[in-house]
Amino acid sequence: MATKPAKKGFSHKKIERNVTLLGALALLTVTIGGIVEIAPLFWIDNTVEKVEGMRPYTPLELAGRNIYMREGCYTCHSQMIRPFRDEVERYGHYSLAAESMYDHPFQWGSKRTGPDLARVGGRYSDEWHKAHLIDPRSVVPESIMPPYAFLAERDLQTGDMANDLTALYRVGVPYTKADIANANEDLAAQADPAAGLDLQKRYPKAQVRDFDGDPDRLTEMDALIAYLQMLGTLVDVDKAAPQERPSETEAAR
Amino acid sequence: MDGLVTRAGGWLGLTLLAFVMAALAVDAPFAVHMIIVALACLAMLWATVTRADYGALARGILKMPADQGVYDDDPIRWGVIATLFWGVAGMAAGLFIALQLAFPALNLGLEYTTFGRLRPLHTSAVIFAFGGNALIATSFYVVQRTCRARLAFPKLARFVFWGYQLFIVLAATGYLMGVTAAKEYAEPEWYVDLWLTIVWVAYLVVFVGTIVRRREPHIYVANWFYLSFIVTIAMLHIVNNLSMPASIFGSKSYAAFAGVQDALTQWWYGHNAVGFFLTAGFLAMMYYFVPKQAERPVYSYRLSIIHFWSLIFLYIWAGPHHLHYTALPDWAQTLGMVFSVILWMPSWGGMINGLMTLNGAWDKIRTDPIIRMMVMALAFYGMSTFEGPMMSIKWVNSMSHYTDWTIGHVHSGALGWNGMITFAAVYYLVPRLWGRERLYSLRMVNWHFWLATVGIVFYAASMWVAGIMQGLMWREYGADGYLVYSFVESVAAMHPMYLIRAAGGAMYLAGFLIMVVNVWATLGGRVRAEKPMTETPYNAAADRPLAPVPAE
Repeated sequence: MATKPAKKGFSHKKIERNVTLLGALALLTVTIGGIVEIAPLFWIDNTVEKVEGMRPYTPLELAGRNIYMREGCYTCHSQMIRPFRDEVERYGHYSLAAESMYDHPFQWGSKRTGPDLARVGGRYSDEWHKAHLIDPRSVVPESIMPPYAFLAERDLQTGDMANDLTALYRVGVPYTKADIANANEDLAAQADPAAGLDLQKRYPKAQVRDFDGDPDRLTEMDALIAYLQMLGTLVDVDKAAPQERPSETEAAR
Repeated sequence: MDGLVTRAGGWLGLTLLAFVMAALAVDAPFAVHMIIVALACLAMLWATVTRADYGALARGILKMPADQGVYDDDPIRWGVIATLFWGVAGMAAGLFIALQLAFPALNLGLEYTTFGRLRPLHTSAVIFAFGGNALIATSFYVVQRTCRARLAFPKLARFVFWGYQLFIVLAATGYLMGVTAAKEYAEPEWYVDLWLTIVWVAYLVVFVGTIVRRREPHIYVANWFYLSFIVTIAMLHIVNNLSMPASIFGSKSYAAFAGVQDALTQWWYGHNAVGFFLTAGFLAMMYYFVPKQAERPVYSYRLSIIHFWSLIFLYIWAGPHHLHYTALPDWAQTLGMVFSVILWMPSWGGMINGLMTLNGAWDKIRTDPIIRMMVMALAFYGMSTFEGPMMSIKWVNSMSHYTDWTIGHVHSGALGWNGMITFAAVYYLVPRLWGRERLYSLRMVNWHFWLATVGIVFYAASMWVAGIMQGLMWREYGADGYLVYSFVESVAAMHPMYLIRAAGGAMYLAGFLIMVVNVWATLGGRVRAEKPMTETPYNAAADRPLAPVPAE
């Protein structure tokens, strides 16, 4: 290298003698990939194709989701069914992008130490979930899941849910003013069939019942089971099917 | 005196502010965190008011030599100690959660000790506490030596060290209390993220400031890697952690992005935490310590230029390979796969540049256990940067994704590459930083090497088998056209693999503990009486002139 006369124009020596130039060029180099790959996802329309049935989480489901995150469930459970025959038969229709459009953050996961949960809603009874969460090995002897008995013993303390809904509204979740104003009432009402609020009008397909078998109390178990039981139940995936294969639909015509 | 009053008043104000925040907290973990912050401020207030020479106290406890006025090495010595401390903590947590997967009773029925809360503790402790302290300490060491200049802004450098420890404590206690943003490797909540941003900017200022003060015309290649690591991590950290707090007096926040966009932002971050934290930063360590220990120049200057720019350009694109066959648009997945495969080349460029530096000194692998660790680190780097591109091919990924193969892959890189090169760098640094003749024992380094190597083999091999078994069991169809295995049958089949993995991890940790003993004895100035690693071969019979034989 040293013997070669420096050619006219570019020489790396210029860069490695100037820390500003080196830093600026390095930053420029590392930004390109992100700009090309990530930025288009925000403006290409078909990144998230519209489907019917998606709605924001009810306050109780949201509280349950926050417990799901707090306990690190995502470290062992995915919520993303891939379009393979075995996964679709095992877990249900493959996951659509729209189904996580209100997930701040996403919870697709990266590891299946336990099974996928994207469509676990309605697969098991509330009683099964409660027994399983309290002592997983009482219903699945081979399970290696940690026990979560404390969820049933602890009252659900979320603070003011209006704050949570407002924060989500600010990052783009379409909660209405009525949703935010009624957040705390909605939270309690979903686990109390007698409350008779208009919850289900504002949140279609919301399941209203006592989830943890303890109607006197609103526990963390109520919230987590309410969340698990709604996972994957909002979108009618069969209805979405014909749109997914436009070529076949056209061939059938 | 005025300066003292101002400083003490400032710390008092911050202490009170933290206490007020604790009093107004809307959730208990936030209150606990604010009390930790208040106690940290109170400690600073105490240190300011008493005006004791805490540096001298620390030098006494850690048996550190006084500042010789050559280079500013105190924060580096603390950093070496912190690296060892957090390394033991993080690896012990890893061994514990590995055992939890084999014996679920070890979750202990407490919320604080469930796998879900300890797993982020393990990953963050080994990556950010062990790896991060190693990177900060070695970067301060290397940048001073290669620039022939003392650290710029010595007080800011001390702030970087202590501020980073506070970040670790807040993140770790948060995980135990369930405070998490639930994005892998970016779990700290919004206020901890803000704090890390401040510390990181200070780190950049100290590092670049020292380069600006350099007495050498050229910036050495190790510093290119450190610089790109610091700058890129800042970018990734800020973008991926954009979020909206539910209350400024509470720990909970909601990510700015959702669904697909959040997924790709997260793995753009996640993969480049590997690419820049665990690769670029550690390659910087390689570029200084391997030539130093081998006493040979870097193999190729030109190769280092090519592989530096191509590595940092290509790594950023590889994130989507974590999202194959998901709801991420297909074009992004394919782009991620293509760039991941191309990435194999600059990765091996770095490995070749490191290994070939030993040209003319290969015999040291036999005689010097520290060189042996460096070579093994580079070998594992090469192996896992081949395995990674292979796993990013969609066809392979359709089976390997969601399985323990991924865990095995990560650990052959983390234990083999990051762990080994860090150990080697610490073994290099300790006698020099503490002014000792040599390490307490080289034979113990040799024990450490073999325990670590065999431990990794157990770990990676068991996870390969486990991952491929999971992938095949999940997709196995019988002649009747039905799935053969229920999910839980695949869980039960993992038990022996999880045991072997835990055994491998235990060996690795045992080697590390030997290192801690060795370093501690070296700090104490002791030298173990032991047989040297090699005998000098000498044959007295052969070592003489040939006697002339008379011709017949």
